[in-house]
Amino acid sequence: MSGAKKTSRKSGTPRGNGRPWTFYALAGFFTLYVIALYGPMFSIYLLSFQDLKGGLVFPMRGFSLHWFEELFMQTRTGDFSGSFRRSIGLAVLVTLFTVVFSFTAGLAFRKRFWGDTAVFYLMIASLVAPGLVLGIGIGIGFNLLGFQTSWYTSALGAQLSWTLPFGILVMFAVMSVFNSDWEEAARDLGATRWQTTRLIVLPILAPGLVAVALFGFTLSYDEFARTLQTAGPLNTLPLEIWSMTLNVTSPALYALGTVSTIVSFFVIGGSLYLITRIRRKRAASTAAGE
Amino acid sequence: MSPGRNLVGWLNVTPLLLVLIPFFVIPICVVLAVSFVETDGFGGLYPVFTLDNYAMLFRSDLTLRLYAATLKFTLLTLLFTSVIGFWVAYFLVFHVRSKLIAMGLFLVCTVPFWTSNIVRMISWIPLLGKEGLINTGLQGVGIINEPLEFLLFSSFSVVVAYVHQLTIFMIVPIFNSMARIDKSVVEAALDAGASRLDIMRMIILPMSRSGIALGAIFVTSIVMGDFFVVKVMSGGGTASVVGAFYEDVGVLQYPTAAASAIVLTLVVMLLVAAILRVVDIRKEITQ
Repeated sequence: MSGAKKTSRKSGTPRGNGRPWTFYALAGFFTLYVIALYGPMFSIYLLSFQDLKGGLVFPMRGFSLHWFEELFMQTRTGDFSGSFRRSIGLAVLVTLFTVVFSFTAGLAFRKRFWGDTAVFYLMIASLVAPGLVLGIGIGIGFNLLGFQTSWYTSALGAQLSWTLPFGILVMFAVMSVFNSDWEEAARDLGATRWQTTRLIVLPILAPGLVAVALFGFTLSYDEFARTLQTAGPLNTLPLEIWSMTLNVTSPALYALGTVSTIVSFFVIGGSLYLITRIRRKRAASTAAGE
Repeated sequence: MSPGRNLVGWLNVTPLLLVLIPFFVIPICVVLAVSFVETDGFGGLYPVFTLDNYAMLFRSDLTLRLYAATLKFTLLTLLFTSVIGFWVAYFLVFHVRSKLIAMGLFLVCTVPFWTSNIVRMISWIPLLGKEGLINTGLQGVGIINEPLEFLLFSSFSVVVAYVHQLTIFMIVPIFNSMARIDKSVVEAALDAGASRLDIMRMIILPMSRSGIALGAIFVTSIVMGDFFVVKVMSGGGTASVVGAFYEDVGVLQYPTAAASAIVLTLVVMLLVAAILRVVDIRKEITQ
């Protein structure tokens, strides 16, 4: 597929107004990619609205909210509501820690300090380590110490060992646009370090921090491998879906997917809204200041 | 480097270390320790040093087959995600003229990343299944008489699910590194008589290298560490390295599982280290 596109031609007018043929080829390729990206998801959203006769494949049989009711009734499909609430709670906790800790670590990595490379590679190692290995290690460790694993202790830590490196990488990208002259100017005007951070650095980086929060939330909300051995007796949502994929062969599984995606879309929409609002407010206030 | 700067730096990474040490360093050490002890076979651990767990692992043919299967998936996924990711990013950066539209299309690519991977994986079932859309469609048109069995619960569907989930990990870093290429360099090359193939070969490919490397780190570590996708999408027919030691954990064979886990962790770290030799990741992302 790609080979044909690689061979480019000297002819054509690359800088003229006409588009080179590669534009059309790649536009087609891009469209196919987007269809493949979204198409399957839409098929399960559709199939989750079937009625009692519905199965796991097309054609759609009937139209109802039956499978959603089944989901919330906690019958054969397991403890959906409970796992859903725990997942949201855990994701919120993970988000809070990820934002604060990524922010401070991001500040630290802006300047060289003794041992920074070691900390950096420790973070990368934590990012790439197989999740289940960490999960097992944490599980056994808790066992040896006589602690009970639970979603708000061991699973929280396990997830942070993966969301934090991610958040810090995003923080790097965010901070690459930050000009440290602004900080220096504030300090020259007599601001303390704390005032500079609170009044200059934080507001400038706010949209980036929302992005870090979005990462933290969604990575946690979807985390499986690290949570499997650390969640303790009560399941989180991905663990619930995992057991459903093994046992449940009804559209309830798809209904779960639809609900989960609706939550995701709310989180994405909320984050984007927050980012544009912060940006707009800032634009308005700079305009007013001039 | 003043002592004050060191102190501030360390204070700022303290929260990070308070997570990484108890939830990354110590667990890995625990797994390492467990991999060298004996078990009674019922979950009990005896603090007796032994290398048997590793000996068993290296003597078993299964180990080799598991690694072959997992590496096959890793390489196939790397191939498809990097090719697709490269051309998608290239299209967005060099072919879409309006910056606003490019950002919009970029967002379209990233939105599914924020939704559940598991849900996106199971969403292939109604498409690829025996009575799925593709089979019924192809049969309806008359191209095939029997449903294609290889579409679902096969290596094929495993790779499809991986590529579907992970291409975004290639698009974002490649897009970033391509966006940094100075367009006037390309213009200058054109003025100097370079063909578009030359430009691709001598400017764009070398300058996207770091993005591809960064994407490869994500894809490699995720596929090597996965067992969920393999388990569900292969219909249980294909094992993976992680899947195998997860089963050991299920039957309380902690030491053998731990030995296998340590070997896998080392393999992943070595692969990532090999990729990191190509690119100074810290310089790339902080500049």
